[in-house]
Amino acid sequence: MSAQKNLNKLNRLDNRSHTCPVGEIVQEDRARQDKSPSQHIYTVSELTQDIKLILESSLTSIWLEGEISNFTHHLSGHMYFSLKDENAVISACLFKNVNQRIKFKLENGLRVICFGHITVYGRRGQYQIVIEGLEPKGIGALQLAFEQLKGRLFKQGLFDSSHKRPIPTMPFSVGIVTSATGAAMRDILKILTTEAGFLHIILRPTVVQGEEAKYDIAKAIAEFNQYSQVDLLIVGRGGGSLEDLWAFNEEVVARAIFNSNIPVISAVGHEIDTTIADLVADLRAPTPSAAAKIIVHKKNEILKNLDCSCLLLTNAIREKIYRLNESFNLIYTSPAFKHPLQKIEEFQQDVDNLTRSVFLAMQHLVQIAQERLAVISGKFQALNPISILARGFSLTTTLGGKIIRQASCIKKGEWVNTRLAKGSFQSEVKRIVSDGGKLDG
Amino acid sequence: MVKTVDFEKSLKRLERIVQELEEGKLSLDEALKKYEEGIGLAKGCAKMLQEAKVKVERLVKKEDILITEDFQPEDKEDVSGDD
Repeated sequence: MSAQKNLNKLNRLDNRSHTCPVGEIVQEDRARQDKSPSQHIYTVSELTQDIKLILESSLTSIWLEGEISNFTHHLSGHMYFSLKDENAVISACLFKNVNQRIKFKLENGLRVICFGHITVYGRRGQYQIVIEGLEPKGIGALQLAFEQLKGRLFKQGLFDSSHKRPIPTMPFSVGIVTSATGAAMRDILKILTTEAGFLHIILRPTVVQGEEAKYDIAKAIAEFNQYSQVDLLIVGRGGGSLEDLWAFNEEVVARAIFNSNIPVISAVGHEIDTTIADLVADLRAPTPSAAAKIIVHKKNEILKNLDCSCLLLTNAIREKIYRLNESFNLIYTSPAFKHPLQKIEEFQQDVDNLTRSVFLAMQHLVQIAQERLAVISGKFQALNPISILARGFSLTTTLGGKIIRQASCIKKGEWVNTRLAKGSFQSEVKRIVSDGGKLDG
Repeated sequence: MVKTVDFEKSLKRLERIVQELEEGKLSLDEALKKYEEGIGLAKGCAKMLQEAKVKVERLVKKEDILITEDFQPEDKEDVSGDD
């Protein structure tokens, strides 16, 4: 509808201004000005208005290829730049609401194909292309599709690390989803069979390129989940063009990987190829060989760790025994154990010392006693009748041994015994003399 | 699957034993027992990995049931690229 309207408008403009070479117009206009004052005279605004009308109504949806230059990303969020080729240049603007949807980075020198419409900015007498869509020239379409899916799945959280399943410490059975005849399968099998001999490898051959590939790959992943007897999946293929690898950039494959209960290692193409599958997978191996090597590496690491554990255990038990030995030695070499008799000897010495002191004390006591005894025996000596006899006295007893202290105790004719200092004699009493000289008998 | 679970359990147990022994709080008797168990676990785990018993099979669907059967690598090459 608008196209028809525009066409009518253009026809009207054609009638008004004629179509002739520019130079002629100027000359003619001057002539007309002179000759026919009825000829329409434009104001600048009017002319601009007409130009605006012509350009904006006829160039409403155009594709334009060119190279970006003078690129500026204005604070407002709008982008302004020029698009040029060898001979011409046109201003371009990419408003914020549009450029926010552009996934790749715009920069000077980048060749792009864009879609948009022409507008005239009357205040400056400029025309420009307002871009509504833009792709890099070349691989643009697929790349754009990739970016678009990536953005969408990212928003849905499919790449979140919180959704990543842990790769088992040591997988013992591995499912492989790739072409049965491709280089990827060959490489993976070669490495796993020679370097990780303990594995149970289950292959699920799939188509890996072409329209069917994405469905087959997704189905294979689902089947392994149904079979549920593998610890880990390797999903991938060998290197190729972006188109060759495309199945791994398809949403159906991404969803299958995301929904897998079995951890998935992606292994697509070469190191530089990053696919959507890589982003969703629990682990990305740069190549199929690298995926196989991850398992081999795990095995070697674990073997190393097991050795290390054995060493640690042995060291710990050695340490334990060493420490027990140490404490034993500590006790064993303690003085009590080293010289068990010493204490006794010490006791003996004490006893000896005590004995000696006691002996000395006793000796002292005995000495004192002896001295005292000597004194006493001296006294006794003085009292001894024998010693009295020695001084010339004598002791007279009856024959029965009774000491005769008074003359009255004996009778005339009685025999008495007289003891002298040395020896004794017996005599018969002839006369009794009492004190005072009176004779008895 | 079962193998992996057991293996991981063994590794965890081994780790625990190493830790306990290193702490050195066990009696000699206990320590010796744990030591023997640990060495046994380590040797058992290593044996599982060193067993050269690779098996390559192929997952196929027969009458809607998924089974595995022997896989013989095909000789022909396809165009799915190299690596």
